[in-house]
This record gives sequence, structure tokens and C-alpha cells, in this order.
Amino acid sequence: MFRYIVRRLLQLIPTLLGLSLILFLWLHRLPGGPETAILGERGTPETRLKLRHDLGLDQPLWIQYARFMRRLITGDLGVSINTHRPVTTEFMERFPGTVELTVSALIIAIGLGIPLGYLAARKRGGLLDYSSVAGSLLGVCVPIFVLAYLIKEVFAVKLGWFPSAGRQDVTIDATRVTNFYVLDGILTGEWDAAADALKHLILPAMTLATIPLAIIVRMTRASVLEVLGEDYVRTAQAKGLTERTVRGRHIMRNALLPVVTTIGLLTGGLLSGAVLTETVYAFTGIGQFIAESIDHRDYPVLMGFIMFVAIIYVTVNLLVDVAYGVIDPRVRVR
Amino acid sequence: MSASRLRTVTAVLAASVAVSLALAGCQSKRDDTSTSTKKDKLVFGVAGDAKVMDPALASDGESFRVARQMFEGLVKPEEGGTKIVPSLAESWTPDAAGTTWTFKLKTGVKFHDGTDFNAEAVCTNFNRWYNWSGLMQNQDISSYWQDVFGGFAKNESAELPPSLFKSCTAKDAATVDIALTRVTSKFPAALALPAFSMQSPKALKDFEADKVGGTADNITYPAYAQEHPVGTGPYKFVKWDHTNKAVELVANDSYSGDKAKIKTLIFKTISDLTARKQALRSGEIQGYDLVAPADMKPLKDEGFNVLPRPAFNILYLAINQSGNPALKDVRVRQAIAYAVNRQAIVDSKFPTGSSVALEFQPPGLDGYNDAVTKYDYNVDKAKQLLADAKATNLKLDFYYPTEVTRPYMPAPKDIFELITADLAKVGITVTPHALKWSPDYLNAVQTGKKHDLHLLGWTGDYADAYNFIGTMFDRQKGEWGFNNPELFAQFKEADSEPDQAKRVEKYKALNAKVMEFLPGVPIAHGPPAIVFGKDVTGVKPSPLTDEKFATAYYTS
Repeated sequence: MFRYIVRRLLQLIPTLLGLSLILFLWLHRLPGGPETAILGERGTPETRLKLRHDLGLDQPLWIQYARFMRRLITGDLGVSINTHRPVTTEFMERFPGTVELTVSALIIAIGLGIPLGYLAARKRGGLLDYSSVAGSLLGVCVPIFVLAYLIKEVFAVKLGWFPSAGRQDVTIDATRVTNFYVLDGILTGEWDAAADALKHLILPAMTLATIPLAIIVRMTRASVLEVLGEDYVRTAQAKGLTERTVRGRHIMRNALLPVVTTIGLLTGGLLSGAVLTETVYAFTGIGQFIAESIDHRDYPVLMGFIMFVAIIYVTVNLLVDVAYGVIDPRVRVR
Repeated sequence: MSASRLRTVTAVLAASVAVSLALAGCQSKRDDTSTSTKKDKLVFGVAGDAKVMDPALASDGESFRVARQMFEGLVKPEEGGTKIVPSLAESWTPDAAGTTWTFKLKTGVKFHDGTDFNAEAVCTNFNRWYNWSGLMQNQDISSYWQDVFGGFAKNESAELPPSLFKSCTAKDAATVDIALTRVTSKFPAALALPAFSMQSPKALKDFEADKVGGTADNITYPAYAQEHPVGTGPYKFVKWDHTNKAVELVANDSYSGDKAKIKTLIFKTISDLTARKQALRSGEIQGYDLVAPADMKPLKDEGFNVLPRPAFNILYLAINQSGNPALKDVRVRQAIAYAVNRQAIVDSKFPTGSSVALEFQPPGLDGYNDAVTKYDYNVDKAKQLLADAKATNLKLDFYYPTEVTRPYMPAPKDIFELITADLAKVGITVTPHALKWSPDYLNAVQTGKKHDLHLLGWTGDYADAYNFIGTMFDRQKGEWGFNNPELFAQFKEADSEPDQAKRVEKYKALNAKVMEFLPGVPIAHGPPAIVFGKDVTGVKPSPLTDEKFATAYYTS
């Protein structure tokens, strides 16, 4: 297993190299550059040219790429053209927000999705089944930004239970340790800050969880239904095993395989969902920052982010493969 | 999943929901008891992050908004207007040649760090800007200095023009002479820009304000510009929470003028327009900028203080004369002007208080001319002009931006559709080109020959006609595609006229000339609005977005 993981990690290097080159060329071929975004309406041909020169964007692409790679190798992602702050600092400050958000959304989606899907399959044709199927269809269909506004209107504006924007009340003077706000509050014993951060997290996490929740419910339901018809389940039941053992050892263990694969894929998708959710909730994560960086053609930020996400994506998929081995004894890596 | 695990997960989820609800309840109770402290703070929602705290390095509205609370310049726009009035300077007079200006300064003013504001401090600031070298000459770093004053003491790039600034002399503690290399209408009006605010010489030195880091493509701001801005204004810097997207200021108890009424002022970035509105309605913020025109009435009806700014902008339909050759003929451009029903656009797409634009600068600004050629909606005349120019069945490429609203352009697509329908009535067919505002759209319409028509506008920086019509038409530009040396020379002449009265007359003549030449069709002046909570008042909306929050207070 260890060798397998090392081999998979080594495979990352050519993948990331190729990816970086393609994306670098593609980004720099997009019409318009950061100079247009920076200067806006006040841009003149002269000022735009001067700014391109000042930013080093008038140099041959291969020189720019070489410079980017040289920095990357030393672990330096460069400086944002828009904010003039190191890209690494920007990521360290913002990425925890996105992780907090996506992990919370995943917990909600998995925690509710699998039990609901299982119950819907076991009570097939019942009220729970129909309502979960209808609910999940709705969850997939309603766009995130529409849902977000509706949720906010009810829970923040009308009921006032939760805040509608931000990661933490701006008047709270919280100590930052890891930039995971809830965790920071717990670590420093600032319970007010932790509670406030958690409150800010709930609505965005609920919003972001909707689509994965709907998909997990449907996947689990379909998968459990399929397994329920298998001979080994009937055999297990026939030989008098308890309901709990049949469910735990035979049904769920087999039914969860496709669900785990789906969760792996959904994790990547959650990042794109996070862009919208973060924007609508003014939740200061990486998604919102990237959306702004695209508008600004902030090449260092975009390149850094793409490399970053590529590594995460490949790592998550690696973890999914490893999880296969744990869940299903038939899939053992040689 | 085993049954026990299933139960555990369900239990954890149930517990989470219970905790959340308890938190919600807990917060509501806390809010009820903390109303007395709530009045000490004002959180204002803004659409984007400030870029930098040193206004001399800023060129974006959000940095300027924060700077306007912490810093003061020698002059400022009058409250709620554009006229230049005294700020740190009590008076100013030019010499006979109009190139050396003597400023009499206020006395007894101190910077936030306790040091004195005086003539020496003024010269330190001017000399700082003028002597910038290396990366500080980067267009992105010293944008407004380059816009207004051109170059530096030692230009390091051939693209930089000679500097307009010549020298600064402190004659005594309260008198300073600023000498220019030539007469310009920009001075002293441009000094009202936050970029030319007075900053503490001690703080600039202590925190190495000019020490930008990195290389040309990798510039980092100095510590001063991020954490230690020091001015003379009614608010002082506390912190800039990048992670939480908030800038916190506190009232300056030693301020020389009227002290701020609300102790803590926070600017919080909420980029999404609807999210800003919801945050105001839920009480998380007490005001925000860039109210959508469609929200103005509903918010007012709910009791919020909606404050439309006097319009200091222009939306125009630009005509690119290097696009379709027919557009070189002034009769075709006139036909387009007559074809567009501008009143209908203003009535249906702009907020109350907007007006049809007759020329490329707003009324009320010196140089505005009531007697310019007017192009009232007239379909027959437009058809006749097109026939005369043998340009019937004209086909034009019309560009408009998406995913954007600008203060002067509330609904680009709707405006585009109305104009397209109007043009169709006179036989002009358009091919629509919708592009994302930044940078695609701006890039497409500011360069090249592909675009024939496009929508764009301008919001004034300071009260001078040149800032509108000069910026647009004083030289050959890709946006308009014409070369008119006579017009360009006339602009140069007006800019360098030392006599204020004569200069105004020259700008009036220029406005008339531009509307005869008709490089595009001015459409509207639309007032953008800010809004405050039901119990917040005292802020006067400014056409230059120069709102001072020090005057804000809670009514209950």
C-alpha cells in the first residue's frame, strides 16, 4: 500500500508540470489583461502599455513561465497583481474558510444523505421514499444562488436566527491561530468567537450541502435497492442473521462503494459550488477570491490556485482509492 | 454502515442542530442587552476590498473611501458638491503667471501620531511623490500622480512625460509655495483627490512608506501602506482584517475640527448586491453603497435612509469612426443621435433624479454649455440624414457589457435593447456583442476597429471640465477612432489658460464643438445612491463619492 501511494504521488509531478504549462499558456492567451482590469474606464493605450511593461507582461511568454516555475519550485507562488500581497498569504488566510465550509457541507450531506437514502430504499414506495426522492430532485434542480437568497431571507432577515454575511461578526476581536475560525475560538478558549463563527457557517453550509445531499440520497437509495436483491443478502437473512448484521456487513458495505466514489467526485464539485455560496454569503473563502481574480486576470493567483486545487483533487482521489481497499476486502492493492 | 454508527451520526446531527438553534437564541438575547454599545459602531457595506491604506498609492474607489475618513488634503470638495473649498489650506492664490500657488495653511493641526502639520509636512509629501524612483514609478503604484502630474524628478521610463510639479517651498510654518512647470486647469482642483492627502512625515519615515518589495511583476506594498497610515482626519486606523474583509477605524479624539460622532467605523466588503441589501435589512450592517436603482424605492418605503448622490457622471453611446467607414460621415452620427429616444431610456431604466445628457459633462460643472447643438428624438430627421449620406441599410457592430452595473449605467443590456430597437426604426441593423465587463469588454471597446457602437461612461474625479471632456477627447483614442488635431489643440489651449473666467468660456466652446463633431451620443446623467439604516443619519451624499462618516449619528 505504501509503495502504491508513493507511486501515485510521483505520478503527480508530470501531471502538474503539463497542467501548469497548458494553463499558463491558456490564461495568457485570454483577451484582455490585468492592466485593463486595473485601469478600468481610465485606461488609455499609453497607460495600458506602460502598465503591461511595469508588470513584466510584455516579456516573452517562455520567460514569464520560467520565472513562474522557478518561484514555484522554491515554494513561492508570487504576488497577487491585484492586492500586491503574496499569493501564499492570501491562500493561507482564505483557504481555511473554504475548507470549513466544504467540510461542514460534506458532513451535512453525508450525515443526512446516507441514512435517508438507506431508509428510502428499505421503505420503498412509502412516504419517506417518495418525499426523499422528490426532495432530492428539488435539491438538484434549484440553483445555489436562488436557494441561498431564499434561505437567507427566511433565517437571517425574517427570523434573525443566523447572520446573512461574513465568517464572523466584524466587531469581534478574535485571535487568529489557524484561520479556521471555529477551531481558533476553541483553541484560544474564546467561546463567543467560536460560537459566532459556527453561526456564520450554518446557512452557507446548508446551502452548499443541498446538491451533494440530494445526489447522495439518490445514489445510496439506488445502490441499496440493488444490493437488497442480491443472493448473498437473501442468504444472510435466510441463515437467520440479525437485521443489524445484515445491514452492516452485507448491505451497506457493498452499497457504499459507488457512494464513496460519488463523494470523492462531489468534493471537487463542492469547490465550484463554494464560489457561488461564498459570494452570496460574503463568506471570505478562496472561491470568492478566485472569482475576483478571474475578473482581474490575476495570473499569479490563478496559476497558484489551479496548481493547489490539482494537488487536492488528485490527493482526494487517491484517498478514495485507498478507502476502497478499506471498505471492500476484494479491492486490495498489490 | 452499522446501525450503531448510523445512530451516532444521527445523534451528532441532531446535537448540531440543537446547538445551532441554542446559539441563535443565545445571540438574540445578547443583542437585546447590548443596544447601548451598538450605537458606538457603524458597519458600512462596500462592494469591494480597499487595495491599500496609503492613499498616494491608491487609484480605486474603496481605498479612497477609507482614506477620506483618515486623511485630509490641502483642499476638498464642498460637502455634497463639487466646488473646491478649504481643508488643511485656508486659502490659495496663484501668481501672475499662474504657475506658482501660495497656500496659507491651518495652524494647530496635528497628525494622528501627535506630530505637527505644517508647511514642512506639505513639502515632505510633495517631494516624496515627485522623487519616487524605481518600482514607485510603476503605473499601478503611483497612478494618480502620473495622471495629474505626469512624471517624476528623474523619469526612469521613456513613456513618462515631464513632470508638471516643479518645487515646493515652505516660506514659514503656515505658508507654502507650490510651483508648477506650466499652467493647468487641473490645479488646484485635483488636490482634492485623496491620492494627494497629507500624511505624517514621521510615520512615512518610521514605517518606510516607499519601501516597496519584490520585482516589477511581483511588487508588495510597504508596511506603512498596509498597517500604519497616519493622517490628520477625524478617524484613525485600527486594523485591516484581510481574512474577514473589514477595515476598522476609531474616532480621533484630538481632531482639530468637529469630532466624529460614532466611535468605531467599519467598512465591510460584501461584493454581492443582494447580499448587501439583506445584511442591511437583517441589521448586520448600517449602510451600504451602490444601491440598485430598482431597490431605491422599496428600501425607502421600508424606512431606510436612501441618499441619491447628485449625478456627476455620464453614460454615452460611443461611435467608433475607425469601425464601419460610414461612421466617418457626421450625418450618419447625427442620424444615430436623432434616432435614440434618450428620454425614454432615462424614464424607464434610470432612477428618479436622472436626466438626459445634452453634452459629455454634467450640468453644474464650470464649462457646461446650455447652447450646444441638441439632438431631440426625431425618426424622420434621422432617416433623412441617412438617406443624404447614402447610408441606408446600415449594419453596425454594437458592443455592450454583461455582469456589471456602473453608477452611470444601471442596466447595460436593457439600455442596449432600447437603443437597438430605436436604431431599427431608422433602418440601422445591429449585430450584438455581449462581453464580460472586465477585462474583455473594456479591452474590446478601448482598442481596435471591430466595434462600431458601444456603451461606456465616466464618473468625475474632481471638479474640472477637463476631467470629463479632456479625458475623453483631448487626443486620438482607440475608443473613438478619430484624429482631429484642431480639436486636440483647442483642448491643450483651454487646459493651459491661467485666467479662470476665460478658461470656462473655452470649455463652453469646446462642449459646443464636441457636440457638433459628435464623436458619440451622450445619453444620461444618473445619480448613484447610498443607503443608511432607519436610525442612521447625518451623512451628506457627495457627487464625488466624498462622503464623510464623521458626521453620521444614530437618531434613536
